[in-house]
Amino acid sequence: MKGNQLYLDGVTVMFDGFRALNNLSIIVEPGEMRAVIGPNGAGKTTMMDVITGKTRPTKGTVRFGDHDLTRMDEAAIANLGIGRKFQKPTVFDALTVFENLELALKAPRGPFACLRWALGGAARSRIEQVQDEIGLTARAGDRAAILSHGQRQWLEIGMLLMQDPQLLLVDEPVAGMTDQETEHTAALLRRIAGERSVVVVEHDLEFVRALGQKVTVLHEGTMLSEGAIDHVQNDPRVIEVYLGR
Amino acid sequence: MSATLADPAPSRLRLGLRAATIAVVIALAAMPLLNRLPVDSAFHVSDFLVSITGKWICYAILALAIDLAWGYAGLLSLGHGAFFALGGYAIGMHLMRLIGPRGSYGHPVLPDFMVFLGYTELPFFWWGFQSFPYALFMALFIPGLLAGIVGFLAFRSRITGVYFSIITQAMTYALMLAFFRNDMGLGGNNGFTDFKELLGQPLNTALARSSLFYAALLSLVGVYFLCAYITRSKLGRVLIAIRDAESRVRFLGYSVTQAKLFVFVLSGMIAGLAGALYVPLVGIINPGEFAPTNSIEAVIWVAVGGRGTLIGAALGAFSVNAIKTWLTSVAPDLWLFALGGLFVAVTLLLPRGLLGLVRKGDR
Amino acid sequence: MMRFLFACLVVLSFALPARAQDAFTAALPGLFGGFNDIATSVDQLANAGDPRALPLLRALSDGRLLKRETTLLIRSDAATTDAVTGAAADAAGAEAIRLNNRVRVALRGAIGRLALVSPDATERAAAAEAVYRSRSAENIPILEAALARESVPRIRAQMELSLAASRLMASDPGVQRQGIAALANAGTENARALLLEARNNTPALADEVNAALVAVDRALAIRRAAETLYQGLSLGSVLLLAALGLAVTFGVMGVINMAHGEFVMLGAYATVIVQDLCKDIPWLQPWSLPLAVPAAFLVAGLAGALLERGLIRHLYGRPLETLLMTFGVGMILQQAVRLAFGAQNREVISPAWMQGTLEMPFGLMVTQNRLWVIVFSLVVLGLTIAAIRYTRFGLEMRAVTQNRRIAATMGIRTGRVDALTFAFGSGIAGMAGVALSQIDNVSPNLGTGYIIDSFMVVVFGGVGSLAGTLVGALSLGVVNKLLEPWAGAVLAKVAVLVGLMLFIQRRPRGLFPQKGRAAS
Repeated sequence: MKGNQLYLDGVTVMFDGFRALNNLSIIVEPGEMRAVIGPNGAGKTTMMDVITGKTRPTKGTVRFGDHDLTRMDEAAIANLGIGRKFQKPTVFDALTVFENLELALKAPRGPFACLRWALGGAARSRIEQVQDEIGLTARAGDRAAILSHGQRQWLEIGMLLMQDPQLLLVDEPVAGMTDQETEHTAALLRRIAGERSVVVVEHDLEFVRALGQKVTVLHEGTMLSEGAIDHVQNDPRVIEVYLGR
Repeated sequence: MSATLADPAPSRLRLGLRAATIAVVIALAAMPLLNRLPVDSAFHVSDFLVSITGKWICYAILALAIDLAWGYAGLLSLGHGAFFALGGYAIGMHLMRLIGPRGSYGHPVLPDFMVFLGYTELPFFWWGFQSFPYALFMALFIPGLLAGIVGFLAFRSRITGVYFSIITQAMTYALMLAFFRNDMGLGGNNGFTDFKELLGQPLNTALARSSLFYAALLSLVGVYFLCAYITRSKLGRVLIAIRDAESRVRFLGYSVTQAKLFVFVLSGMIAGLAGALYVPLVGIINPGEFAPTNSIEAVIWVAVGGRGTLIGAALGAFSVNAIKTWLTSVAPDLWLFALGGLFVAVTLLLPRGLLGLVRKGDR
Repeated sequence: MMRFLFACLVVLSFALPARAQDAFTAALPGLFGGFNDIATSVDQLANAGDPRALPLLRALSDGRLLKRETTLLIRSDAATTDAVTGAAADAAGAEAIRLNNRVRVALRGAIGRLALVSPDATERAAAAEAVYRSRSAENIPILEAALARESVPRIRAQMELSLAASRLMASDPGVQRQGIAALANAGTENARALLLEARNNTPALADEVNAALVAVDRALAIRRAAETLYQGLSLGSVLLLAALGLAVTFGVMGVINMAHGEFVMLGAYATVIVQDLCKDIPWLQPWSLPLAVPAAFLVAGLAGALLERGLIRHLYGRPLETLLMTFGVGMILQQAVRLAFGAQNREVISPAWMQGTLEMPFGLMVTQNRLWVIVFSLVVLGLTIAAIRYTRFGLEMRAVTQNRRIAATMGIRTGRVDALTFAFGSGIAGMAGVALSQIDNVSPNLGTGYIIDSFMVVVFGGVGSLAGTLVGALSLGVVNKLLEPWAGAVLAKVAVLVGLMLFIQRRPRGLFPQKGRAAS
């Protein structure tokens, strides 16, 4: 798979005079895994919203490869190969695990195509493979509503895998998880990263350390520091932001 | 399909329900025949019962249309009565053209109300309505077009939930005001009535009445299978996903606007078909059909029967209207209390409707 | 004898200008002569400008003026009086003065002119109009005299118009120019019609007339704009009242209440009841409407609290079900009121201090009750904002709507706040009903006509913003009235609905979107 570069330059987002993002510039190379950390209100989720088309930037450039993301809607961006996992797991409660994965499977998305859609052998085995990967094979026929919190997180990661994205945006994947689940999730993320670009937003510094990747620190909507985890942890400005308040 | 898809292995309950539905359809189909039996026969079905059942069948089609949009895609339209009425008006225009010189003014082309209002020639939008296929096409096309425009504007700017409901209500309200005007060229207050014939058959014969009845019944069955096909397809699952977590569906790469537009336009067309079947059966159409109360009453049929279940929607249309017919004859003052009470009781106590009672744990 | 009479008159009417008195008495002897003398005398009397002349001429015209030797007597149903002194007199031996057509014509003009100085304002107004219709240059002096004494603005305006119209009839171009100038200043439809007429009759003055027409048209355009604006504001204030409660229950709480219109209706019926209760207490009668305001607030507020605690509470987080359920409640309320009060309209009488019309600049006529509705709606808006911003209840309400769980941990009883907030919004709807009872029919389906419009106002203005509700209501009202002359009331309404849908395309969150990320 040929990767695309994620390129944010001078992105500013204003909410009624409040700058959620302030002249933010970030580049994520194809195949790179990047952790984004920062205190509450630093603009992490807004950055995700801008990349996925949920929020339009007031000014600035957002590109993925050759595509100008500021001109596309969420569905078009998703179809470019940008997948997103929300902070709060959102899966479709009324559908089964299998059906959730089936909806995420890469296939024509138009209403008429969906109407004519028939589940082929290849698609079925792909779904079953991911089902296995996220450890939910035994729950395939259960409605998502009755899964546990951790299982819902994994189902959502599984749905991302079905989309086969080039760029994965993962928002606080281990919030509210037990230690064991956290470990499992980190392993899952490392495994699926492969040749994809991944941006992980996280609070949990231990988890970020476990991922062992380049880290970007956001503060008040702008980039404060960037580099290896040890580098940023020793950056006096980062220390002030995290400990000074 | 495997056991993991939307249609779980038919339980005994489901099979029972299916059998009951088939039995009901057969019983309905027998009604016009039983009507031919001598009046003193134990199996005789009165004219009144046949004609009112024909009306209810049309209502059931309307209920299916509402259920498709609301029960599956979460689009609570409070304006489906408008699509129903537009379909009815399209056929009504055809029926008016067929009256020809038999009107009280005896004008060869113009309907009575136009002569009365001093028209000298047929307005352009009446052209072509002498043709039945054209009128039938318009009965589907105009509601579909309106649904398309309103839906496009609403879905594109992400108007959802109660906002969408209010907009559709405003739509039917505005249309009602417009259709009440004489200069719309559509009969004003009085609408259309005094129809004579359809497809060469005088409308007042027993044959015409039972033909219309069967046309409605066949349409109901056909619409049911169409809706069932859609809701069981992957599109049906996309719609349910939109209903429950719209923005998540967007991030999966589906165009929510397109999916909603598809289902809303189709739903509007089905409602138009119901209206087109309804008008020849009852012999009148007027702007009162656009009243917002009509639309919301149809929504409550679906709620009572059980939204998100097609059989439930049809069942609700029949049962609520049966109660209405009975109650308005024995205690007309109480009907509005009963209807209002039904709104309250269903939403608070029976959110999944009558069929939800039967299908407990299915979901 | 005449001398003695004269002396008496001097004493009796010392308040009158001496010239008038002279002329009045001087004209009297002619009445004893032939028809020609009588006609001359009538004209003299009319020009005398004496208040006694009018009853005398009226009596003459009705055949109730009697003569006996040199005395004139007026006979009425009750008694006979001396026409000059007004003292009671005996009618014995007196005979009625006869009239012929010439005298009758003279009398008609004279009475019309004299009425201009009558002490009775309505009589003067009617006379000023009559003179306007029979305009002739002869009336100029009497109109000038009457204008000098007139103090009521409305009658002055009419007199000035009549004077201008009469001047146009004069043969002297200078006087005609005066008339044209006066008409240019008047700037009314009547003035415009007169000028158009003058353009044909006096080609010599065409330039002046055309210039005056331009001025009149400009004045008319301003007035028409002012009228439309006022009607729009009036409609807007009604929408504001109907929408304000909704802005609280739907905008602030997020509860969709389709029975809102029925709460308005309950408020209107509360007004009817209060009025019925006050009917037998005369001193209370004029105050029944102000008394109805708190009554309507309480009735609708109580109904709202019951609805919230009893039903809506169980449906929080399910807006579509709430919509359907409250629609059902609305149906029940309507039918209950219909059974209790009957389906026909009930009338609410405006108290005297709210009736009548006010004249505003540009000749704008403003009905008082509409004006009161505008004032009332602004007062209610002010009170609502104050209640939300500055009271403990408002603080708790904002806390609960912003973060229910945190509010609960701060010790706020959220359930109670919900009930009070909903009752507050419903109570405002009830107060709207009091105002609507003044300008609309009070019937069980009073509220249904307003519910859709109210939602439009709230959505247009921006859900959750009271300022948005104000601006939304007033601008929708004005736009509606602006469109009406072209499109008719129904199509204007349709156009507003369509326009609103297009507006939402551009600004999905309305004019005044809620601030910050909390909105999304």
